[in-house]
Amino acid sequence: MVLDIFLLSVLVLASLWTVMTRSILRSAIGLALTSVILTIVMFRLNAPLAAMFELSVCAGLISVLFISTISLTQPYTNEEVLERMKIMFARFKFLPILLVGLGAFLFFMNIRPFVPFYYKESLVDVRVFLWDLRRIDIFGQILILLVGVFGVVILFKERVKK
Amino acid sequence: MDIVNLFWVYAFSIIMLLVIGIYCMLATFNLMRALIGSEILIKAVTLFLIVAGYVTNQGALAQCLVITLIVVEVVMMTVAVGVVLGIHRYNKSLDVRKIRNLKG
Repeated sequence: MVLDIFLLSVLVLASLWTVMTRSILRSAIGLALTSVILTIVMFRLNAPLAAMFELSVCAGLISVLFISTISLTQPYTNEEVLERMKIMFARFKFLPILLVGLGAFLFFMNIRPFVPFYYKESLVDVRVFLWDLRRIDIFGQILILLVGVFGVVILFKERVKK
Repeated sequence: MDIVNLFWVYAFSIIMLLVIGIYCMLATFNLMRALIGSEILIKAVTLFLIVAGYVTNQGALAQCLVITLIVVEVVMMTVAVGVVLGIHRYNKSLDVRKIRNLKG
């Protein structure tokens, strides 16, 4: 329980650092760090398959995608970046105050569950679920991947000169 | 620690993550930072699905949903990054105040 609370507070702090940090490159690295901590939390909640997906895709692939995009689209010099960072920090300084206020509100309201949990015994393994019971979903995912591929192809299509 | 209190500890941090992501998307003018805010929102939803599967003892179904969510997330991010690169190619800027060409 103590480890759970520690991991969740590190998760919130890492995402706060991701949003508040001045350099956008550090922001992308902080997103990967958030993803890694979320992976550990998911392993503790008995979801190893989804945790491995999260680690390989969200912490690996999306970080590479973001960092390469940031390196392709950095139009400012160092002085301009420092100047913009001060403006950005002025906009984001209310976020920790808002979070502390919200945390105190939620803590002192002492909200009790309004959703009834029912503990039905789950008999199905995740592999059976994924490959036998939800087989149509796999086709849906393949279609979504194809949609993404066609989207990127159309976005970067070179125009034919007449 | 019983499972209900554990659920509320997790729900607390999920609400925190949602607030951080929404604030990031509202307060920034940079398109990449808006994408990072939406990533944090998606991470909050991922954690919520896994916690809901854990407390209702339906972990297998939750993992299937999360895998689908991650696939959709990756496709969405790839297309969004492509759109951002196209905007930067034509406008030489990622500031949303400078790309309001359709305004009015």
